[in-house]
Amino acid sequence: MEFPDNLHYTKEHEWVRLEDDGTVLMGITDYAQDALGDIVYVELPVVSDEPVTKDEPFAVVESVKAVSDIYVPISGEITEVNDELPNSPEVLNQDCYGDGWLVRLKPSDTEEFEELLSAKDYQSFIDELS
Amino acid sequence: MHVAAGARMVDFAGWYMPVQYTSIIEEHLAVRSAAGMFDVSHMGEVEIEGPGALDVCARAFTNDPRSLEVGSAQYSLLPDHRGRILDDVIVYRTGAERFLVCVNAANAEHDYEHLKAFATDAARIVDRSAQTSLIALQGPSAAAILAPLAPSLAALERFAVAAGEIAGIAVLAARTGYTGEDGFEFFCANRDAPGLWATLSAAGAPHGVVAAGLGARDTLRLEAALPLYGHELGEEITPWEARVGWAVKLNRPDMTGFAQLRAAKVDKARRRLVGLGLTRRIAREGYKVLQGDTVVGEVTSGSHCPSLGRAAALALVNANAIDADIAVEVRGESYPAQVLPLPFYKRAQ
Repeated sequence: MEFPDNLHYTKEHEWVRLEDDGTVLMGITDYAQDALGDIVYVELPVVSDEPVTKDEPFAVVESVKAVSDIYVPISGEITEVNDELPNSPEVLNQDCYGDGWLVRLKPSDTEEFEELLSAKDYQSFIDELS
Repeated sequence: MHVAAGARMVDFAGWYMPVQYTSIIEEHLAVRSAAGMFDVSHMGEVEIEGPGALDVCARAFTNDPRSLEVGSAQYSLLPDHRGRILDDVIVYRTGAERFLVCVNAANAEHDYEHLKAFATDAARIVDRSAQTSLIALQGPSAAAILAPLAPSLAALERFAVAAGEIAGIAVLAARTGYTGEDGFEFFCANRDAPGLWATLSAAGAPHGVVAAGLGARDTLRLEAALPLYGHELGEEITPWEARVGWAVKLNRPDMTGFAQLRAAKVDKARRRLVGLGLTRRIAREGYKVLQGDTVVGEVTSGSHCPSLGRAAALALVNANAIDADIAVEVRGESYPAQVLPLPFYKRAQ
């Protein structure tokens, strides 16, 4: 299982990538897609000025086996969503760190970055789960 | 064995069983296009034997064992004395005075305790579950895979059963299954199961056979609208509500719970099992079926159906609500549903 070093992680199995323009891209981790199995539906939020708050559910990923909420990893505004994904949800299984990104956020509180896990810490967290 | 094949295992009714080997969708589609092998050894087997065995079967089960020829199998229901359905089973007539009943894992102990009460001096009831393994080979290529190994077994008619050998392993083979495809089920001694699995796996490899888990088994049977006890069937669901009323032969007053079953048939208009299609989400077991703001039923099973390319569900719905606009409440939100004809999937003949 792969957890790239340039990403940050949450204990809800989401990854976050800090972009040069100050926004963050987020998605679900390799562990999450593997645990869910075949992903068949994705419901994403809409782009909006309305702020979203860390830890609130804002997207749904549904596999043959289970339905799972996706939580806001960093408070802010949703500036972009991956519109391709609902039409090809299998991309989440195939490329969870690339074409399987979910949402772009404009963070409102950069201090929340401190709470994210490094790849190494997330790996340790996963090891404890199994 | 299954762990070696990369299986993800789960505890099911006290059995350690493979849910998926690679991907539920891949395994499902392989069974529809080629073949899949399932270890379903968790299923229970109860044998009824002796000069009185036929009478016991006639009293204990709802279908008509008396019409069952030696070497044939029959879908049947196990009612209690109040006509409540305790399980759905396949009754295999393996001899003039011998029947093998394949029961659901979760009900196996209870079924055996219930059936034991039917024992007489002329009929023994024996639980074979602990010694017996069951491997299913299902899919359009199943017969072609079996033919070189056991030509006579590969030639079995649908719902026929016969004893035979596969690579020197004694099996009871039946042309039955739970996937909506052609296929076979093989009962064998536990010690022979790994050898039988390996033999079928090797013979099936050129045909594209895959190891398939309980996950694919569930999506396959859902598409074929085959009921699963504890979901579409239960003590509080009548055979007519569950669309298996055809397996209750009401011309046989000797069956257990006859009067109550007859009354239940008259009352069949109350609820009905229907097929529902959803587009953007999966309606899962326990979700409410809505008509406007009114709850008119409940989803009994639901998943993404790989051969349909869409989500579908079975639901018990008030009969008077079926024709109107129906929705399913998915985690607090109402999603429109479409009533679909059953079964969702039917194989080409």
